Amino acid sequence: MTSPATDADFLLRLDEIIAAHKGREGPLLPILHDVQAEWGHVPEEAQPVLAEALGMTRAEVHGVVSFYHDFRDHPHGRHVLRLCRAEACQSMGAEALAEEVRTALGIDWHETTPDGRLTLEPVFCLGLCACAPSAQMGDRLLGRANLAKVQKLVAEAGA
Amino acid sequence: MKDFIIPDRDMGTPAVKSDVTVNLIVDGIPVSVPAGTSVMRAAAVAGISVPKLCATDHVSAFGSCRLCVVQIDGMRGLPASCTTPVTEGMVVHTQTDEVAQIRKGVMELYISDHPLDCLTCAANGDCELQDMAGAVGLREVRYEPGANHFARRDAEGPNPEYRPKDQSNPYFTFDPAKCIVCSRCVRACEEVQGTFALTIEGRGFDSRVSAGMASDSFLSSDCVSCGACVQVCPTATLIENSVIQIGTPEHIVKTTCAYCGVGCSFDAHMRGEEVVRMVPSKDGKANHGHSCVKGRFAWGYATHRERQTQPMVRERITDPWRVVTWDEALDFAASRLRQAQADFGRDAIGVITSSRCTNEETYLVQKLARAVFHNNNTDTCARVCHSPTGYGLKTTFGTSAGTHDFDSVDETDLALVIGANPTDGHPVFASRLRKRLREGAGLIVLDPRQIDLLNSPHMGEGLHLPLRPGTNVAVLTAMAHVIVAEKLYDEAFIRERCDWDEFLAYAEFLLDPRHAPEEVEKLSKVPAELIRKAARAYAAAPRASIYYGLGVTEHSQGSTTVMAIANLAMLTGNIGEPGTGVNPLRGQNNVQGSCDMGSFPHEYPGYRHVSDPEARAIYERAWGVELSPEPGLRIPNMFDEALAGRFKGLYCQGEDIVQSDPDTRHVTSALAAMDIVIVQDLFLNETANYAHVFLPGSSFLEKNGTFTNAERRINMVRRAMTPKNGYEDWEVTQLLANRMGAAWSYTHPREIMAEIALTTPSFAGVSYDLLDREGSVQWPCNDKAPLGTPVMHIDGFVRGRGKFVHTEYVATEERTGARFPLLLTTGRILSQYNVGAQTRRTENVVWHPEDILEIHPSDAENRGIREGDWVRVASRSGDTSLRAHITERVAPGVVYTTFHHPTTQANVVTTDNSDWATNCPEFKVTAVQVSPSNGPSEWQEEYRHHSDLARRILPTAAE
Repeated sequence: MTSPATDADFLLRLDEIIAAHKGREGPLLPILHDVQAEWGHVPEEAQPVLAEALGMTRAEVHGVVSFYHDFRDHPHGRHVLRLCRAEACQSMGAEALAEEVRTALGIDWHETTPDGRLTLEPVFCLGLCACAPSAQMGDRLLGRANLAKVQKLVAEAGA
Repeated sequence: MKDFIIPDRDMGTPAVKSDVTVNLIVDGIPVSVPAGTSVMRAAAVAGISVPKLCATDHVSAFGSCRLCVVQIDGMRGLPASCTTPVTEGMVVHTQTDEVAQIRKGVMELYISDHPLDCLTCAANGDCELQDMAGAVGLREVRYEPGANHFARRDAEGPNPEYRPKDQSNPYFTFDPAKCIVCSRCVRACEEVQGTFALTIEGRGFDSRVSAGMASDSFLSSDCVSCGACVQVCPTATLIENSVIQIGTPEHIVKTTCAYCGVGCSFDAHMRGEEVVRMVPSKDGKANHGHSCVKGRFAWGYATHRERQTQPMVRERITDPWRVVTWDEALDFAASRLRQAQADFGRDAIGVITSSRCTNEETYLVQKLARAVFHNNNTDTCARVCHSPTGYGLKTTFGTSAGTHDFDSVDETDLALVIGANPTDGHPVFASRLRKRLREGAGLIVLDPRQIDLLNSPHMGEGLHLPLRPGTNVAVLTAMAHVIVAEKLYDEAFIRERCDWDEFLAYAEFLLDPRHAPEEVEKLSKVPAELIRKAARAYAAAPRASIYYGLGVTEHSQGSTTVMAIANLAMLTGNIGEPGTGVNPLRGQNNVQGSCDMGSFPHEYPGYRHVSDPEARAIYERAWGVELSPEPGLRIPNMFDEALAGRFKGLYCQGEDIVQSDPDTRHVTSALAAMDIVIVQDLFLNETANYAHVFLPGSSFLEKNGTFTNAERRINMVRRAMTPKNGYEDWEVTQLLANRMGAAWSYTHPREIMAEIALTTPSFAGVSYDLLDREGSVQWPCNDKAPLGTPVMHIDGFVRGRGKFVHTEYVATEERTGARFPLLLTTGRILSQYNVGAQTRRTENVVWHPEDILEIHPSDAENRGIREGDWVRVASRSGDTSLRAHITERVAPGVVYTTFHHPTTQANVVTTDNSDWATNCPEFKVTAVQVSPSNGPSEWQEEYRHHSDLARRILPTAAE
């Protein structure tokens, strides 16, 4: 995988994103969201550029990026499946479900299928405790999840 | 145990200033502290140590370790004492059963993820985690071994959480296995140093200290190796490599750093006569516990293998050196000096004093010239750096020194930085200034180059006036023009403290249209609007300060620039109060002191002219000799006289004039024309290539004495080890003087200081007893100010009324033209110091192994120069070759380099232009041409050849 930083318009696009938010209070997080939306992850090469533009250092930007699990340092698959692993879901069999899903997909946590379609991520609480265990596929939420429902969701998403 | 080694007790949180006092009771002991103080610090004031891990008085409280919880009557729960401020009548209990249980539980958690290899750990005996485990009575860890960060491998294979040591920095090691993630290092890097090179990455169990980004190491990150993180680390996670190699120190010698003019106080942590580490003293009044990479780590030169410890002589400078006894060397030196005087007259010999040596040593060297040579041929390297400061500030204010102490920066609202690069040249001061900038103070930078200070993290927008080298006077006068034209001056101050009529005359001069920003823009290339903005900001700030460096003085109009600066301060009333002032950032550790001590040919100690009969009478009485009322030769005059065949002998202590003075070829041919050149130094420096006698010098770790820093602060230097050469430098000067017939009998530098105090009014109150008691004092120190003077000119100028001197801009004769279209300006870099004799002999070379030419992309493109290419820099004086770095930090038409490396010899290129008043060389402006080249120039090859020949040493008979 080549880094997007080698693209000719990488810096141009980055500057546009920075310019769109620079005047805001606390501009770093909205900028990082846009960066991730643009390239699917936050390329390390972007961090010094952001730091320079915002009067910060690259260490600080790295601290923020690495703090949030949803900011990624490499691109994920085209779709992301999240399985909740928090307490309520655990009590309703989330661990066993996760085991089944991992076996069915042939990938472990944080991994992407070889065809690049799907990445599996753990999540800690989707706010669906009443219908645990829960899962999320893109923007779609799934309650009372089981392997069949998850596989259906995956198939529907074309992943 | 940490306190056993560090006697400055850690009070847990920083001191707070407040007019309100709060009374409370801690463990039954009543204590009064300023409002805003933490409970932890109040307890420490009462003599009670509350257990802590994340708290230290170097940085503000953080409240993360939860070890410092206490019980406070009337408060719910157990608050952290570090983040809880005191209140009136508070009753605190630092030791209760509940508190003890919590602390033990917290320690158990910490230790469950920490290796138990204390006996073989480098921090053994100097570890706060170890201390705290003892303090809370930890006896067992109930947690089962599980996921951890310290084991290389577990039963199932390599531990994915384990990260190896980062040994990329040459001076310290980062071992993540020992980290307790207290964030002290991150906070010190931010709050104390202001570099923000460190962060905590991840969160929860994944939290780690990270230098820079994921792909960075300590070396590749923004880290400047100041050592603040190592100093605050409570464990062995960040620790000096010297401690890993040697072990814990057993005693401390308090002394003063021998690098720049900030004059940081240091604790030399010793084992026997070996330095284990240098740690900045918290009670140091210039540095308050902070340091830079040079003072903290770059002291290895003192024991470097190239250090010469034996005297040597030779008939001719082309001969190899012969190692001889001290007797033979001194006899040889004395007889040749006397011979030169016999053949060519009394004025045929002279001395150059050192700004690296102590006040006492400098005093003796100038005394040697005046009392033993019977002439005033003494000068010092300040000639080539801050002599215009002395002249300019004496003329306008009445004193040849900066007006304020460094603490004053904490109260400034705006700093105008002119021709200085504090983050590289005066790093500890820069850290203090950056702290103030983060608190909201404004910044204006007048410099041809975009200096790092302008890119300080988390400061507001700085104003950069990128002027063309050599146009300082024009721009400063234009700023004064704006202040007068827009009536932004402080009339009350001027009427009270200066001469109103003189002001009116100056105002008329300023209002001439030739001083308007629009006119000045044409010469300086600084947009007029930027000049106006800067002038308005400086005049509007309630307390504005000026800090300047060699970019002001090393010009043909250096003295005029200093006076233009003084005028700005007087116009706006920015003198006499904390947060204001005019402060030169002096280059060398004791350049202020060497000037104070009468190193200049026209002035006795305390800046009294040699023609002044009263001053002369004092020294004639004290020294028992008749003294010459005629000023002696300045350094450039010595060279000119040497080339004319009239100046034949030079005693040069601790200075490398061949590398540091301009127009190297002129200097070397002058030295080659002399009969006797005596060099006293740690190393066979470049000047020694032209010497007949080499007297080995002693390092600052090997001598007693005092240094005076840029804020006039006299700091003690204390002997930590026996001189490797056998003598402290002042003893060598005394031996030489006595060889020439003097009968000096000093047995300790304190006796020399007593003589200085006796004969110099501004030093009258100074004594070693006072310095030992107070730590340091700032001159003037006498009956009127028995403990010294932090801020000068408070109620009136020393000279009476402040003087406005008209500052007409006169362009330097050094102009660009078809042959030499670019302007070269020179400077320095953080990791190297001056001619590099010391820092080149330390691991600091990893940061700056060679001098580099900075050139703007458009100038580079025109010449077909690519990044890293060898280029030839030529001026009308000479040429040299070095590698190019292409950067927009310099403006088009300007190129920049450093002068740290003798293989480059940047000063081959600089010219003999100099300041009209003081002869300070115009290092900062040289018209040059830059062209691609294949490698070192002919001069560099020739010089290397001579240098190799001149450094040969004959094997001694014994071998």
